[in-house]
Amino acid sequence: MRAVDRLTFPRSLHPGAWWLWAAALAAAASRTQNPVPLAMILAVTGFVVAARRSSAPWARSYVAFLKLSLVVIVVRILFQALLSTGAQGPTVLFTLPSLPMPEGSGLKLGGEVSLEAVLRAFYEGLQLATILCCVGAANALGSARRLLRYVPGALYEVGVACVIALTFAPQLVTDAARVRAAHRLRGRNGTGVRSLRRLAMPVLEGALERSVDLAAAMDSRGYGRTTDDSRVSRRVTGGLVFGGLLGVCIGVYGLLDGTASAWLGLPMLVAGMVVAAAGLHLGGRRSGRTRYRPDPWALPEWLVSASGVVAAAAVFVDVHLHPQAFFLASVTEVPPVPLLSVTGILVAVLPAFVSPPLPAAAAPASPSGPSGDDALASERTGVAA
Amino acid sequence: MIRFEDAGVTFADSTAPVLAGVDLTIPEGELVLVVGRTGSGKTTLLRTLNGLVPHFSGGTLHGRVVVDGRDTRTHRPRDLADVVGYVGQDPLAGFVTDTVEDELAYGMESLGLPADVMRKRVEETLDLLGLAEVRNRPVADLSGGQQQRVAIGSVLTTHPRVLVLDEPTSALDPLAAEEVLATLQRLVHDLGLTVVLAEHRLERVVQYADRVLLVPGGAAPVVSGTPQEVLRDAPVAPPVVELGRVAGWDPLPLSVRDARRRAVPLRDRLADAEAPEPPAEPGDTVASVEHLVVSYGRFPALRGVSLEIGRGETVALMGRNGAGKSTLLKTLVGMKRATAGRVDVDGLDPADLRPSALVRHVGLVPQVPGDLLYAATVGRECEQADRDARLHPGTTLELFRRLSPGVPITQHPRDLSEGQRLTLALAVVLASRPPLLLLDEPTRGLDYTAKHRLVEILRDLTDEGHAVLLATHDVELVAEVATRVLVMADGELVADGPTADVVVSSPAFAPQVAKVLAPQRWLTPTQVAVALASTEAVTP
Repeated sequence: MRAVDRLTFPRSLHPGAWWLWAAALAAAASRTQNPVPLAMILAVTGFVVAARRSSAPWARSYVAFLKLSLVVIVVRILFQALLSTGAQGPTVLFTLPSLPMPEGSGLKLGGEVSLEAVLRAFYEGLQLATILCCVGAANALGSARRLLRYVPGALYEVGVACVIALTFAPQLVTDAARVRAAHRLRGRNGTGVRSLRRLAMPVLEGALERSVDLAAAMDSRGYGRTTDDSRVSRRVTGGLVFGGLLGVCIGVYGLLDGTASAWLGLPMLVAGMVVAAAGLHLGGRRSGRTRYRPDPWALPEWLVSASGVVAAAAVFVDVHLHPQAFFLASVTEVPPVPLLSVTGILVAVLPAFVSPPLPAAAAPASPSGPSGDDALASERTGVAA
Repeated sequence: MIRFEDAGVTFADSTAPVLAGVDLTIPEGELVLVVGRTGSGKTTLLRTLNGLVPHFSGGTLHGRVVVDGRDTRTHRPRDLADVVGYVGQDPLAGFVTDTVEDELAYGMESLGLPADVMRKRVEETLDLLGLAEVRNRPVADLSGGQQQRVAIGSVLTTHPRVLVLDEPTSALDPLAAEEVLATLQRLVHDLGLTVVLAEHRLERVVQYADRVLLVPGGAAPVVSGTPQEVLRDAPVAPPVVELGRVAGWDPLPLSVRDARRRAVPLRDRLADAEAPEPPAEPGDTVASVEHLVVSYGRFPALRGVSLEIGRGETVALMGRNGAGKSTLLKTLVGMKRATAGRVDVDGLDPADLRPSALVRHVGLVPQVPGDLLYAATVGRECEQADRDARLHPGTTLELFRRLSPGVPITQHPRDLSEGQRLTLALAVVLASRPPLLLLDEPTRGLDYTAKHRLVEILRDLTDEGHAVLLATHDVELVAEVATRVLVMADGELVADGPTADVVVSSPAFAPQVAKVLAPQRWLTPTQVAVALASTEAVTP
C-alpha cells in the first residue's frame, strides 16, 4: 500500500475529489424540493467542511456561501408572498395593506399572505440555497485555484487566464482603495460619477501595465514554447472539445430536468463526454507541458468522490421509483421522508472520516519581519526554545 | 557568452533609434552592470538579450545579438528561456502562480521537464536562495527581498547560462538589497553564471561588478570597461567614487573598504578644516504629535510617538519596512485616525478636515506618485488641480514649469520619466501651499540627476518656510538633504537628532562618505570638496 493510499496519512486531498463530491450533492439537491433531503444535504456539507477545512483564507468561503443562501431564501419568500398571486393558498397568515394591480397579471402588491405561499417559497429557496452551499463547501475544501492546475492540457490557456483573473481581481480592489486614498490628498471627496471615472483611469491603466509585464514574464519563461502550433491540429482539437462540451451540457440538462425525453439525458451525456475526452486527449498531446508535484489520486480520492456519487445516485433512483415521496400533495402537510435518498445522502458524510487529515500547518512566520533571514532566525530560536 | 554585433533598436513610433551601434562581447562568468539615466535605453538593452525586444515589444532590431550561440532574431523569448533568465523591474508583476514552490516550477513546466528533474531542481533552488522556510507561502505575503529572490529562483530553475535583472534592488530597503546582492554574488562565484543587471543605486552594486556598460542615451555609443575606467567621467557615480574624484585618487575606489584604506591622509587634511555649518534652528512648530498610538485591529503600528516639526526643517524618517513610517505619514494627513494621543497639524486635527480644506494644511506625495494623477495630459492635470484646490487658474502649471522646465504640457503623465512624474505630483500637492509636505519613498526609481533635482527642490521649499518630512531608505538622500533624522523601530521612535549625530555612527544608516571618514562628521562629497577648497585657500 502506498503512503498516499492510507486514510490516516496527513495530506491535502486532490481538489478534484472535493469538487466531484460537492457537484454530486448539488445534482442530488437539484432533483427535489422536499425539505428533508435538502436539509440533510445542508447538514452533511456543513459537517464535512467543519471536519476537514484548512486554515487557508478560502476555507472561510463556506460561511460566506451560507449567508448568501439565507439571503436567497429571504428574498424568495418576500417576493413570492408579497408580489405573486399564483402560489397563494387558503390558510391566510396575515393581511397587508395592498395596492390594486391589473387583473390577470399574476402580480399583487401586499394583500393577503398565506402559509402555502410562504412555505412553497421557502422550499424553493431552500433548494437553491442547498446548491449554493455545495459550491461553497467545494470551494472551502479544495480551492478553485488549485483545481485549475488540473485543467487538461488542451484547455491550459483558458486555465491560465482564469488563474490570472483570480489574482487580478483582489489586486484591483487594493489598487482602487489606494487611488481613492490618494484622491483625498488632492482635495477630492471621492463621491459621484465623475470621481468614479477618475478612479477607474489610474486603476485600469495600472492593471493594463501589469498585464503587459506579466505577459513579458510568461513569454521569457517559456510559456507556449512546447505547444505545437499547426493550424489543423488546433482546429480539430477546438472542434472536438467544443462539440463534446455542448453534448455534455445538453446531457446534463436532460438528466437534471427530468421532464426532457430520455435520450437527451444519459446517452447524450456519455456521447458528449467521449467526444470531449477525445478532443482533450488530442489537445493534451499538442501541449508538451509537464506538471510539478501533482496531487496524487489515490484511495481516499476514490472514496470521497464515490460517496458523493452514491448520494446522487440514490436520490436519482429514488425520485424515479417513488416520485410520491418527493412531490408534496400539499405544502402544509408534514413532508414525507424518502428512505433511500436519506440513506444515500448519509453516505456522503463519510469524507469527514475517510479523507486524510490535513498536515499541521507550519508555524506562520511574521510577515512584518524586516528581512527573510531575520524572520527565519527568530523562527529557529523559537523552535529551539 | 553574449555578443552584440553593431546592434541597434528603433521603435515603431519614433524616428530616432533608442540604441545604436552597440558592438561588444561579454565573456562567460562576468557580472556586468548597466548604468545610465532613466530613459537612456538600459531596459531596452537588457530586453534585447532574451529577445523581448523586438519579438514582444515590437520595433526593429538592427545588427545581431547572439547569446550562447543563439541569434535573438530567430529565437523568440520562449525559445531562449533555458539560456537567459530575465527578471523584470517589479517581481510581483511577473509572478504567474501564487505560491513559492509553484512559481519556481513554472518555467520548467513550460519547458516540459520530467517530474523528477523538476522536483530535484526546486529543492536545490530553495536551498541555494535560502527560501526553504517559505516554500508553501503565498508569494504576495513575502517581504520585498524574498519576493526578489523568488523571482530570481523562478528563472534559475531552467538552468540558464545568463541572468538578466532590471533594477533588482531599487525598490528594496538596504537590508533586503544586501540579501539579494549576496545571492547574486554567490551565483556568479559559485555557479559561474553570467549576470547582467541595470541599477540606479550604484553605491550598492558597483563594487561587485567586473564590467560597467554606460548607456548614455540619445543613440550615443555605449561605453564598456572596468568600473574604474567608466566611472572616471561618467555622469552617474556613487558617492564613494565622487569622493575619490574630489580627493584625486587613482584608481578610483569602488567600495567603502577601498576608500577607507586610502583615506588616512585625507582625514588628516580634513581634521583642520571647518566642519560643515550646523543647520539653522527650526522656525515655529508646524506639526506635532504627542503620545500617538495608532492600531490596526489589535496590532499597534505606533506605540506612543511624540515629535515636533518646525518650519524650515527637513526631517528624514528612517527604519525598516513595517516600523510604522507609513502609518505616521498617514496619520499626519488624516487618512488614519489616532487611537490615542494628539495630532496637531497647522493647529488642526487632520482627521477632522474635509479633503478640500486639508490640502491647504498638509500635502502627501504617495509612494506611487502616479496614483495622484488621472488626466490625459500634463496641462489638464494642472488645470484640474487648480479647480480641486480652488486656486487661481495656472498656479499649478506655473509651479510645475518651475520644478521641471521643458516638459511639453500635451504629454501624457504616464509617458513622463519617473522624476518628471514625481515633480508633477509635487506640483499638484504644493499648489495650495501646505506648510507641511510629506514624501513617502520619493527616490524610488530616480536616477542621480533626478535625485539632485529633487534635493534642490526640497532645499528651496525649506528656504521658503515649508517643513518637509520624508520617509525613505535612501541614506545618501538623507545625507544630502535632511537636517534632522528620526529612526523608528517597532512603532517607537528610537533616535531623533541632527543628521550627522544620528547617522555617522550607525552601520545601517551612515552614507558612504561618513563610513569612509568616520569619526569625522562629513556626509557628502560636496561638503568634503568645499572643506578641501577652504583648507587649500588657507595653507599656501
